[in-house]
Amino acid sequence: MKHRTFFWFILPTLSAMILFIALPIVSVFIQSLFVEHEQVLVVSESCGPFGCTPTTTVDTAATAALQEEQPLGRYNGLNTYINRSHLAFVEVGEAWRSTETFGAFWKQIINLPFYRALIFTLTYTAVVTPVVIALGLAIAVGVNNLPRILKGPSIFISLLPFLVTPLVGSLILFWMVDSDGVIGATIQRIFNDPSLSLKASTALTWTMLIVYGVWHTLPFSFITFYAGLQTVPEDTMEAAMIDGASKWQRMIHVVVPHLAPLMSFVTLMLLMDNFRVFEPIVSFKAEAHATSLSWIIYNDLRESGNPLYGSAGATSMMTIIGVVILLTPVLIRTWRDFNRKAH
Amino acid sequence: MLLKRLAAASLFAGLMGSAAFAANCGPEGQSIRILASDFPAIHAVVNAARANCADAAAEFTANHTTEARQIMNAALTPNPAEYTSVILANATLTQLMNDGLVRPLNDLVEKYKDSIPPNVLITIDGNVMAVAFMANSQHLFSRKDILEQAGVDSIPASYEEVLEAAEKIRAAGIMEHPIAMNLQTGWNVGEVFNMIYLGHGGEFFAPGSAEPSINNEQGIATLETMKALAEYAHPDHLTHASNETQGLWESGQAALAVMWGSRGAPILDDEGSTEEVTSNTVLSAAPTVGGGSIPAATLWWDGISIASNVSDEEAEATFAALISGLTPEMVAENNDDAVWLLPGFEPGPAAAGVAGTVQGGARPYPMIPQIGLLHAALGSELTDFLKGGESAEQALSDVETAYRTSAKEAGFLK
Repeated sequence: MKHRTFFWFILPTLSAMILFIALPIVSVFIQSLFVEHEQVLVVSESCGPFGCTPTTTVDTAATAALQEEQPLGRYNGLNTYINRSHLAFVEVGEAWRSTETFGAFWKQIINLPFYRALIFTLTYTAVVTPVVIALGLAIAVGVNNLPRILKGPSIFISLLPFLVTPLVGSLILFWMVDSDGVIGATIQRIFNDPSLSLKASTALTWTMLIVYGVWHTLPFSFITFYAGLQTVPEDTMEAAMIDGASKWQRMIHVVVPHLAPLMSFVTLMLLMDNFRVFEPIVSFKAEAHATSLSWIIYNDLRESGNPLYGSAGATSMMTIIGVVILLTPVLIRTWRDFNRKAH
Repeated sequence: MLLKRLAAASLFAGLMGSAAFAANCGPEGQSIRILASDFPAIHAVVNAARANCADAAAEFTANHTTEARQIMNAALTPNPAEYTSVILANATLTQLMNDGLVRPLNDLVEKYKDSIPPNVLITIDGNVMAVAFMANSQHLFSRKDILEQAGVDSIPASYEEVLEAAEKIRAAGIMEHPIAMNLQTGWNVGEVFNMIYLGHGGEFFAPGSAEPSINNEQGIATLETMKALAEYAHPDHLTHASNETQGLWESGQAALAVMWGSRGAPILDDEGSTEEVTSNTVLSAAPTVGGGSIPAATLWWDGISIASNVSDEEAEATFAALISGLTPEMVAENNDDAVWLLPGFEPGPAAAGVAGTVQGGARPYPMIPQIGLLHAALGSELTDFLKGGESAEQALSDVETAYRTSAKEAGFLK
């Protein structure tokens, strides 16, 4: 394609991407470099139906004057990125110096909110992604081999988890695993332990979140692989059969290589989605045991009444960097494949 | 004392009753736009205002949403603001005042002083910032049948007695987890810390500054009390907020609970529970703690505020309309929906807990600009201690460092 034609083709997409993706990221980055103005506090007295108490208030006129001077706030450079709520360089250094064993060091690290969230986020991504790919492929092959009359209904049923809104889906599961719910009560009965609770243990909460994640994203990989299976060349399959390849060998040596580009695509999407895990944590009220990077952003913007835009911006930027790091191997692979095909 | 004051007020209300029919709605043809939380008492006030003054206004809209706190600052920032009034509480008033988004009401209060009940003005530094109409606080709910069965003669008055009673109930094999509390990670667990810490006589900040001062003896005693209570609470207590604890109570799975006063009426009504539970539920003041003399609770009020960024006429019309709703008739119709601070209120059984807590001299939830940041830090850093993975000192020092980090970013600390 001529460069000129290509340019006109890509222009609408490109401008939309700049407007809705690139510019917001730049804006978030700039905001993450600033913190709010100093709040001018004055001591005063507050009175109400329950009597009077001394208190402090913000001198809004003085604070507004500061705001007028520097609308973005005070420039803070990368300090928000390295404070205790984020990379916590000082605290990590201190922990390294003051602890003897790796165990003690690790204990101090997971006490820091960012690292605690990062550990869960990475574990979730590392477990859910491969499980979803393997199971998705297995289900796709299974459904593909069903008699024609059963195919439609089984595709529909396999897609159901995807049709449920994440927030609602996880809420339903949350109620089911409650100690009064159908799953929770059954588990208590099986282990004969009336105080066993899936919500009270960190390990079980993580398991629950991961199982939910697999259940919810499985249909995506299933339907993609199922579509891919329809394009497996009959000739190659027949040739393999004539050569005496078993079902399993045909699967490993013909089907899987044929689906490889599709697998890169599914991996890419799953890595991005799983790294941003958020809804199940809120619906499962799992904050006591598991937090994720996206949850930290939500918490910074919401919990205190004064949204901490700098903190939220910094965590957003680091989430983006995290996604890029995770995707790099897959992207390199795709790029190589592309080059090989092009030449 | 509060009850006496209310009784006196209801007399005075009788005299005022006739005035309500010719409600004074202030300037005509204005736009009245209200943002409010979504619970029955607030609906009652807004509907009364609507009935009185919607005809005189060009527009009367009300947005009742549980997300009011999340949107109020953004909605009141533009000029003209999206809403002319926000119905708010202690903590949310501070949140708006930090940005200067609500106006002093001194002139309006002066002009409408005949319709404003006594003792409901929220004054900060001499400026009236809000007009309160109802009170709320945490307090104790007890099941008297279960306490009797376990050999406890009286309703517990202190947390030490609560723990003792809980142990007796457990030992008698009646319930393994008799205590219910809102210990959900986040705002709720932070609020439990606040109330017990205030009960211990603690102060959140060094006087006149934004430096936190919770890592002390009272703080540690507070955490020890919380841990002791959590031992007797349902294993899932870190996921329990008001709806869950109310559910536990109504299904008869708890015998002692510290819940919000606003849950009193829904628990005592004939829906969602059995006769056995409702007839044996006793509401009483929040327990004291550690030998302290005041109930360990935070007092809250809900009230009317007026936006800064609206015209004076709209402000006056909104104020007049909402004040016109605070009548004895409105209170009489909705008596059990809230603990009203208004004339005409007759405290029923559902109000006994809040009234007792107010009379006992519990402290109000602090109206300090940076309290939201400390509350958030408490909410996220205390669960490690309750789970048992951390010492009380470590948890409190984590809270203080987390608070310092966000307070620096918000400009409260250098």
